[in-house]
Amino acid sequence: MEKKEKKVLVIGVIGADVHAVGNKILYHAFTEAGFEVVNLGVMVSQEEYIAAAIESDADAIVISSLYGQGELDCRGMREKCEEAGLHGIPLLVGGNIVIGKQKFEEVEPRFKAMGFDRAFPPGTAPETTIEALRELLHMDEVSGT
Amino acid sequence: MNAVLLIDFGSTYTKLTAVDLDAQQVLGTAAAYTTVQTDINEGLRKGLAELEKKTGKLEYSAKYACSSAAGGLRMVACGLVPELTSEAARLASLGAGAKVVGLYSYQLTEDDLEEITRTAPDIFLLSGGTDGGNTANILHNARMLATLPPTFPIIVAGNRTAARECGRILEGHEVYLCENVMPKFGVLNIEPTQKQIREIFLKRIVEAKGLRQAAVQMSDEMMPTPSAVLKALKLLADGCEEEGGVGDLVAVDVGGATTDIYSIADGMPEKMNTVYKGLPEPYAKRTVEGDIGMRYSIRGIVEAAGVKKLSAVSGLTPERVEELVSYLSQHTDVVPNGDEELEALDQALASMAVQTAVARHAGTMEETYTMMGLTYVQSGKNLMHVKKIVVTGGSLIHTKKTEKIAEYGMYSAEQPASLRPRAADVWVDRSYILAAMGLLSSHDPLCALHIMKKELEKHGHSEQENS
Ligand code: B12
Repeated sequence: MEKKEKKVLVIGVIGADVHAVGNKILYHAFTEAGFEVVNLGVMVSQEEYIAAAIESDADAIVISSLYGQGELDCRGMREKCEEAGLHGIPLLVGGNIVIGKQKFEEVEPRFKAMGFDRAFPPGTAPETTIEALRELLHMDEVSGT
Repeated sequence: MNAVLLIDFGSTYTKLTAVDLDAQQVLGTAAAYTTVQTDINEGLRKGLAELEKKTGKLEYSAKYACSSAAGGLRMVACGLVPELTSEAARLASLGAGAKVVGLYSYQLTEDDLEEITRTAPDIFLLSGGTDGGNTANILHNARMLATLPPTFPIIVAGNRTAARECGRILEGHEVYLCENVMPKFGVLNIEPTQKQIREIFLKRIVEAKGLRQAAVQMSDEMMPTPSAVLKALKLLADGCEEEGGVGDLVAVDVGGATTDIYSIADGMPEKMNTVYKGLPEPYAKRTVEGDIGMRYSIRGIVEAAGVKKLSAVSGLTPERVEELVSYLSQHTDVVPNGDEELEALDQALASMAVQTAVARHAGTMEETYTMMGLTYVQSGKNLMHVKKIVVTGGSLIHTKKTEKIAEYGMYSAEQPASLRPRAADVWVDRSYILAAMGLLSSHDPLCALHIMKKELEKHGHSEQENS
């Protein structure tokens, strides 16, 4: 069977969050960087990410949360992915994922404990995000080795 | 005069419409009882004799036909995720005029296979995965289907990456490879599949349903009746090159076993503060409620609406409603025929059928309170702005209360989230010409449009006043 040419990302802003600008920027940045991007836009439920990831055979799910409710909205995401057969799919989260100014060293472990592979502090640049994705998806390794 | 004959081979009636293309008018209509078991031509002969009584002897320059005989076009569809490719496959089948007698998601199981065998569909539609997306599921399902004897054709319309391999797995079966029904997330691409369905219908189904003999007498290929109706409604809404249509519309056909709903409207969000969720739906959309019908599916109406509501709408006591429902479900050919109780009940049944089916067809709007106030989330079509409801089907056209019944298809304060028309004119297809006009629309759209504008009877204006 043909091999997929591009890595597929499912992206969107989770929960009742309507901050649309960062999502559009990420869509363009990821597409530019050679990813196939399924963009679900704003106000995305956990189920929508999962349904889209199943159909598109996604390589990673990139979740944005800007309005401060990220911790609540992301709860149970990993478990649902497992239940839906997306075993070990990389989950990334970023934006302003918690309320107010909390120390990120304290925030990060909480998201990792929820099953997220990576969590990012506010103001993370698209380049940093792309770098992290390439690493997580082993894209820089020479194929065949 | 240039007379054309339009025929609808139904499962119980063959309906004929004679049209004069020059005068752009209906010359006459007739119907004759038919059973496919005997001979479809018999019904046609009887119908023609009946028609001749009204129109006198006519020379027809052309004959066109559609058919829903022998159960219509029965399809089973299957996709991956229920809300995505399975839904796309369902919409594709319904829009092509099929009855979806089975719908599956994820991996087919051995139990599913047994059920499919019992269902014995006319066509199986296999989908799943966006292009470049999931292949494992559709390949698994192809392998499962390959274990069945090749008794029905299979359309493969899923992830293009897996298409050829599905074809190889299903060798020995009648397989058609088609473009993906959902090539990208949230993008519907159902026309290629619908074209394929029509071709199989002509090639195979017409033969299997004993329609060959009738088909060879026609001037053009036969089509499934619902797809003829959909064509007519599209023409009525959009118009043709020479003349405009009447604009967005909803159509309702309440039958004995099923209720069909059509909408010709874009239906996407009207306001900036509305976010759309789920699959975008086809502009010309058809849905069929298999559990909602006046006789064979009378129980489904009771289940959906409740005895209390039927009692309130009909004015009969709940006990009497139950008695009559149980009687009608056993005696499916009973019509009210002047009986006041039955008439009242039939009206209530039809009202609830319309309400349930239109609510299932239309989209919904949810309000979400965010910290900056209200935001709206829409899924499915917004039909609030639609200004016309076309009503057809025996139970609706034979009652004088058509308008009252049709009101139940409108927006109501009881179900504020359901995006049904707010205020619409009710048009009644009294002489049952929609399918015929759909047939005619392929050959003389202007004539078909004029006839519909003339024949569909305006039955007043309805507003969200039901409670
Ligand atoms: C514009 C804006 C709005 C607009 C949004 C308009 C729209 N439709 O897009 C409106 C007025 C609607 C709005 C509303 C609200 N907002 Co506001 N808003 C902003 C503001 C000023 C800019 C957001 C923006 O567009 N930034 C530009 C883009 C490019 O950056 P970005 O969104 O952060 O995305 C980048 C990165 O975060 C990163 N990224 C994003 N996702 C991911 C994911 C991963 C994995 C990674 C690695 C990186 C990453 O990459 C993106 C591209 O560079 C920010 C403050 C700020 N300066 O950021 C507040 C801000 C986000 N809003 C905030 C709040 C509180 C709200 C409201 C709750 C206010 C209220 N009480 O009503 C509501 C919430 C509404 C809702 N339901 O979502 C807070 C959130 C605080 C928190 N998290 O603790 C902020 C930070 C302001 C603040 N300092 O208090 N807001």
